[in-house]
Amino acid sequence: MEFTPENKKKIEEILKRYPEGKVGRQAALLPVLRLAQEQFGYLSEEAMLTVAQVLDLSPASIYGVATFYTLFNKKPVGKYHLQVCANLSCCMEGAEKVVKHLEEKLGIVPGETTADNRFTLSEVECLAACGTGPVIQVNENYHEKIKTPEDVDRLLEKLR
Amino acid sequence: MDRVLTANFDHPDVDKLPVYEGRGGYRSLKKVFSLKPEQVIEEVKSSGLRGRGGAGFGTGMKWGFVPQNSGKPIYLCVNADEGEPGTFKDRELLLRDPHRLIEGVIIASYAIRCHTAYLYLRGEFFEPYQKLEAAIREAYTKGYLGKNILGTGYDLDLHIHRGAGGYICGEETALIESLEGKRGYPRLKPPFPAVQGLFGCPTVVNNVETLSALPYILEKGAASYKKMGTEKSPGTKLFSISGPVQKPGVYEIELGYPLRKFIHEDAGGMLPGKILKAVIPGGSSVPILDASEVEQVNLDYESMNQFGTFLGSGGVIVIDEDFCLVKALKVLAKFYAHESCGQCSPCREGTGWVHKIMTRMEAGKGTPADLDLLLNLADNMTGQTICVLADSIAMPTRSYIKKFRQEFEDHVALQKCSKM
Ligand SMILES: Cc1cc2nc3c(=O)[nH]c(=O)nc-3n(C[C@H](O)[C@H](O)[C@H](O)COP(=O)(O)O)c2cc1C
Ligand code: SF4
Ligand code: FES
Repeated sequence: MEFTPENKKKIEEILKRYPEGKVGRQAALLPVLRLAQEQFGYLSEEAMLTVAQVLDLSPASIYGVATFYTLFNKKPVGKYHLQVCANLSCCMEGAEKVVKHLEEKLGIVPGETTADNRFTLSEVECLAACGTGPVIQVNENYHEKIKTPEDVDRLLEKLR
Repeated sequence: MDRVLTANFDHPDVDKLPVYEGRGGYRSLKKVFSLKPEQVIEEVKSSGLRGRGGAGFGTGMKWGFVPQNSGKPIYLCVNADEGEPGTFKDRELLLRDPHRLIEGVIIASYAIRCHTAYLYLRGEFFEPYQKLEAAIREAYTKGYLGKNILGTGYDLDLHIHRGAGGYICGEETALIESLEGKRGYPRLKPPFPAVQGLFGCPTVVNNVETLSALPYILEKGAASYKKMGTEKSPGTKLFSISGPVQKPGVYEIELGYPLRKFIHEDAGGMLPGKILKAVIPGGSSVPILDASEVEQVNLDYESMNQFGTFLGSGGVIVIDEDFCLVKALKVLAKFYAHESCGQCSPCREGTGWVHKIMTRMEAGKGTPADLDLLLNLADNMTGQTICVLADSIAMPTRSYIKKFRQEFEDHVALQKCSKM
């Protein structure tokens, strides 16, 4: 596994933001892991080894960091990652019903991916958009006020 | 009241530099650079601005703790990790007026003699990231960032550092660890970041809203800022309101404003048929207010303290009679148990226990003894840990049970929610 030339250039740019030497290479770890995830799909052991080589950091320390953060996927996710906020404000707006409907519709529970690899369902914590809940983050983008089963169906329709 | 933070919210294109400048943006810098850094600190001190990330610590005073003779670089970290349930004000500022934040960053950096600032941006925030990236690029092109800013000889770089998921990274020392590329474990204090923070150097961590208030304060002067608000809580603050009200959203409010008025007038009152039962006034980690307290309390630091709670992040969560508080506490317990970093056993074990008991109780399998057990757990979690995340569930637990004990007892006796 190797970074694309384009991403290698990006890594050079990232490193410039931090002090020189080991502290700087360590500080670049989160942004570089993000790049790795973007390129390789998820952070497999191999992907983490590649990062270790590029940044000259120990694989064990990289594994320790990667497993701490929820946005780093240690296993593959579907084409669309549906991340439903189930925290208090969204819960008051009916987030539980939204999750239940998604479970029925997709035949999976949070943490799982559909057999065709289209959808991964996750329950996530407050997305800081509590005034327009329930909120579903699909990959990078927020979808707000997804209140009813019909809203969910419309959203899924858009993602087909 | 002057709009300190939201003056541009009705101008959709203000994230573009020329539009921001056209509305008076970056004008404060001329004055700022004509002052000595110490004078900028003095101005902010005398404005009485308090940190808007939750703790409410005096901003100018915090800057004053930065030693100027350590021989090390000084860093500013912008805390844009917003994640406290019920709080959604910083994301609005980032989306709707990114240049105001950048202007604030320049002012703060100049004041503390920082030449490299990092903006720690919550990993989930993609749209804000795009807006900020574009705005920062514009600011570099126009000479507001980079070398020799506006010909003053002052240099400043601003870099975005994107997080990767984890509420705890909003705690300032965890944020620093995370910026250093490590797990987001809060550090024991002292040493405080002002003395030993990022890369072992003096560091100031400030919230997005705190920094966004600076352009107004420096341009219009501390006296204008202080005219608003109360003596100990000067100025304005953003409040984000959610729950069954007519107009949930983000509002800029003069501190000292009655909570009742905020809910019933600004936010349009309750939805038809909904009766207010309780309000969490400052984000999910603060003690709850019952309906009669909501009638009396004001939106400022002291008034909230008088009622045993905190202004916190300004995340106002309104709860109506139909919503079960057992469920509310269960949802929050799950959150804090999930977000505990696990370093301190009272927090790791305590949050886990509260979550387990609340899950059982919500499912109708609670026992009368659970309530005192929860209170006991809460007492043992408070004040014993590296950071205050443990208190953030201990305080709600205690206040919900003390103020709404009957509702909890009914839930236990009925073995289900009486509202369903
Ligand atoms: C668990 C925890 C989470 C926090 N999350 C945030 C956050 O998301 N944003 C923030 O500005 N402050 C957060 N804080 C407060 C910061 O530690 C710090 O006080 C603040 O960033 C200082 O900035 P200010 O003085 O401008 O308010 C959090 C604190 C704790 C204990
Ligand atoms: S109180 Fe909890 S979150 Fe804070 S450092 Fe200790 S274990 Fe971590
Ligand atoms: S509670 Fe769902 S976005 Fe905040």
